[in-house]
Amino acid sequence: MRLRHALASFALLIAVWQAVVWLAGLPHFILPSPLRVFTELWDSRALIGEHALVTLGEVLLGMAIGTVLGIATALHLALSPRARQLLGPILVFSQAIPVFALAPVLTLWLGYGLWSKIAMAVLIIYFPVTSSFLDGLLNTPQGYLDLARAMQARPGQVLLRIRIPAALPNLGTGLKLAAVYAPIGAVIGEWVGASRGLGYLMLLANGRAKTDLMFAAVLALCAMSVVLYLLFDALSRHLAARATGG
Amino acid sequence: MSPAPGIGFSGAASVEGTALFSGLTLAMAPGRWTCLLGASGVGKTTVLRLIAGLAAHVDFEGSITATDGQPLQDRIAYMAQSDLLLPWLSLPENVAIGARLRGGRPDLARARDLLARVGLGDHLDKRPAALSGGQRQRVALARTLMEDRPVILLDEPFSALDARTRADMQDLAATQLAGRTVLLVTHDPGEAARLGEAIHVMAPGSARSFDVPPVPVPRPVDHPDTLALQGRLHAFLRKGAPA
Repeated sequence: MRLRHALASFALLIAVWQAVVWLAGLPHFILPSPLRVFTELWDSRALIGEHALVTLGEVLLGMAIGTVLGIATALHLALSPRARQLLGPILVFSQAIPVFALAPVLTLWLGYGLWSKIAMAVLIIYFPVTSSFLDGLLNTPQGYLDLARAMQARPGQVLLRIRIPAALPNLGTGLKLAAVYAPIGAVIGEWVGASRGLGYLMLLANGRAKTDLMFAAVLALCAMSVVLYLLFDALSRHLAARATGG
Repeated sequence: MSPAPGIGFSGAASVEGTALFSGLTLAMAPGRWTCLLGASGVGKTTVLRLIAGLAAHVDFEGSITATDGQPLQDRIAYMAQSDLLLPWLSLPENVAIGARLRGGRPDLARARDLLARVGLGDHLDKRPAALSGGQRQRVALARTLMEDRPVILLDEPFSALDARTRADMQDLAATQLAGRTVLLVTHDPGEAARLGEAIHVMAPGSARSFDVPPVPVPRPVDHPDTLALQGRLHAFLRKGAPA
């Protein structure tokens, strides 16, 4: 049922796109028709696939590092009220800085290679992962904590056996957001300076008026993001089901 | 299990300057069921939480002592209205959670035995979500028994159950917890009449004790003495504490 709805809305999007091309009579280097883009996607599948793999690698590494850092930060903040007072405002303030603005400086520091893109992805997902997991850790149902206290539980065991498992659904929500944001971070990094990746390919195609290739690269990026999102959505549902026993 | 001590409670409690009760004195006899009955908001749960060491936000002036002079903290098991089962654990793991939380090794075989004792022997492989409300409270009772403490604090553990399940649980708890010092906080006069070997009704500012009939607990729901006591408690609750 969900798949049918998804296909229907995708078909609607294609129809509107095609209609705009026909009605406005746009030349294909301004807005290529869906058919042209899909043909280009197929014809250049080797080229697009090669660049998509680079971006995927950046995204996955960025997600792995960002998730580990986010989880570690959330645990630290959950355990230490002092750290929460001290670092909480910094964490929120850091979100006021547009990540886009940091891309050039990251490239300056980390070079044109893989690491400036990974750093972008890490930066962009760090906050959603940290804040959603922290939220879960700080909102353990009071009854569980009372029970643990009456049982003379050790704080470390309470964290391990109750607070973390109870917060996993929140972490799942954070990871779901991260799966959508991480590709954006990687592509921004590639725009600023790269010789590989879908972001680089888009700029290259755009500069040579190969609009259909550019659109094909965008489609490939969308497809990658959607697959990542679905994977983490499934993970998030699994964690939530486990935490509620449903 | 060490011998069950009696508990003496006296003092005054307030939260952020607002008095909950003052000059309250209660004595809980060793190895007996003491019921603390009262309307919502008179502070009966606060009394229980103070004894359990779960009232960090309450300013308490007074004393809570065991009759044998030993500390109470590690001799208490606590059971609340919500079963507090962890949905991600199996039933035996839930029953044995206390040992895990103290960093020890859980005795799952004993947990299974206790689950069988509370009538859940056929449900050992289920998760909490697959159980009814009454069955979940049975698991919570098994977890309380697993702790094997001489003092049991029950905070309205049966009040969310339907009438029949509640009566079954009262019978089961009375049998399984015999010989321990039990404090049962409840707003249900029928429950107090069935289970109380001593009954204190808490009203704003004071507590009044009621005489109980010589029928052993759990008293049958339809015993004339149970019904008469239930009626007296109910009438007293309705008109409030006389000055």
